[in-house]
Amino acid sequence: MIISIASGKGGTGKTTVSTNLALSIDQKVQLLDCDVEEPNSHLFINPVIEKKEQVLAPVPQIDLEKCTFCKKCMDICRYGAIAVLKKDVLTFENLCHSCGGCFEVCPENAVIEKNRSLGDIEHGSARGISFIHGRMDIGQVMAPPIIKKVRSYTDPDLVTIIDAPPGTSCPVIAAMNKADFILLVTEPTPFGLHDLKLAVETVRILDIPHGLVINRAGLGNDDVKTYAQKEGLPILMEIPFDKKIAQIYSNGHMVVDELPEYKEKFCDLFEKIKQLVEKGGQSK
Amino acid sequence: MRELVILSGKGGTGKTSITAAFASLAENMVLCDADVDAADLHLILEPDFKKTSDFIGGNEAVINPDKCTQCGRCIEVCRFDAVKDTFEIDPIECEGCGVCVDLCPEQTIDFPEVVCGQWYLSDTRFGPMVHARLGIAQENSGKLVALVRQEAKKIATEKNLDLILTDGPPGIGCPVIASIGQATAILIIAEPTVSGLHDMERVGQLSKHFNIPAMVCINKYDLNTDQTKKIEDLAKETNIAIVGKISFDQTFTESMIQAETIFEYNNNSQASIEVRQVWDNILSLPAFNNPVANNIMQHL
Repeated sequence: MIISIASGKGGTGKTTVSTNLALSIDQKVQLLDCDVEEPNSHLFINPVIEKKEQVLAPVPQIDLEKCTFCKKCMDICRYGAIAVLKKDVLTFENLCHSCGGCFEVCPENAVIEKNRSLGDIEHGSARGISFIHGRMDIGQVMAPPIIKKVRSYTDPDLVTIIDAPPGTSCPVIAAMNKADFILLVTEPTPFGLHDLKLAVETVRILDIPHGLVINRAGLGNDDVKTYAQKEGLPILMEIPFDKKIAQIYSNGHMVVDELPEYKEKFCDLFEKIKQLVEKGGQSK
Repeated sequence: MRELVILSGKGGTGKTSITAAFASLAENMVLCDADVDAADLHLILEPDFKKTSDFIGGNEAVINPDKCTQCGRCIEVCRFDAVKDTFEIDPIECEGCGVCVDLCPEQTIDFPEVVCGQWYLSDTRFGPMVHARLGIAQENSGKLVALVRQEAKKIATEKNLDLILTDGPPGIGCPVIASIGQATAILIIAEPTVSGLHDMERVGQLSKHFNIPAMVCINKYDLNTDQTKKIEDLAKETNIAIVGKISFDQTFTESMIQAETIFEYNNNSQASIEVRQVWDNILSLPAFNNPVANNIMQHL
């Protein structure tokens, strides 16, 4: 089962929920941190890293010996990553989306696939949890290929928990698509509610069963609850607004370690998710 | 003209609340919300929408089933696994690269433009504002960020305003990079947590990579004074100017609920006093005051 933990707004508690849920449940768990721009889960579960690999993307390199300057590569490239001049060809790696069009279209086989690094992936384990995260190189723009690579290690025999990035665009979709359940984490403030609505729209497009965790409950107002009730969005857990929890988090510690009563609450959350996934499976 | 871009790396550290607070203080300014994925600044500034325009983000492949011979060439060339076995394109996976469109032997794939969102020119009680909404599950947020910034610059030029205040997106990827190019300076809003420190470090590296001066303001600094100290140390080591610290103050949430800036809500709250100090520090910082010298430095 794949549970993706998301939110429209950043800083609502995705990582807190992901790591504490992973550590609480009694099944074998795999935690995939797919917030590859700013991965944080490792700071809380402190995995021992066992393996590291680069995420590479193919970019064109032109063999000028073979090139006839026909411009077919430039014409097929929608990203402006190739400029064919009279006697030279310029390539702009940072604009390249690795669609492979230039390799396919070149009649002279003059476009050679070269790899560039987008980021890296680390595999490790901590406290019985199998852990993988991706990390985008500084200055790179393409998160989805790194996220997809992290997700390619999904083990169907384990419960997979995905810590997704904030927002609603392509990186988030890459972290949520084809999950069995999406757990949305929000906070009860106007910003939290506004961005939750966007996240709910996203989840509905993907047509995946979903539910809500309200973090910092008691902080703002009741509008998130009213919205959830109106939309039939199940509230699966509430974590109160408590300076103690904020401080535990700030030190990189786990809520379930310092406030053990939360272990049961996260187990309870997992049971509710399982029920909703089964129900979703039946209705399909 | 100067542009201050407010970033954090990590989301939820207070970028938008602090941007709105600065809007209360700044003069001759255009506001720009570059967090097009999950824009929130309008919730406080309640803009009066003057003009709405479509954002054409790119194109999307669509197979015409009547003419398709199911030869499989599109499946073969698509590197994004966007062509299903049923010879339909999955719009969520489609990157809009057009390779299948060009290489289909029957020329049966259309490539219509896609409206990926809207952008708006508005007036607020603090000045003009440019903002946008990226469609759900759409691509090209970087392009939309570049567009809103460009429009903000146009307004600043037209109206002779000398400051653009840009509320940036979280992360360090495509939309963030689009939000900082040619900015005068970046202000990082960091929170004193292990994540906040880690994420600030990466935004700091990004600012170095693109050669844009960075400053940091620590929000909720009293939540964890050890982590605050670590942020200050990191800032000193990496040449990021520390422009101030703001207390953990629920005034931010209370004012957000009233759709007010913290100054409108309570001009004398602890946070208000501290944010005012931060703003004064930014204005007096050479990196922000002398963009011409800065630009020359960058070009050397």
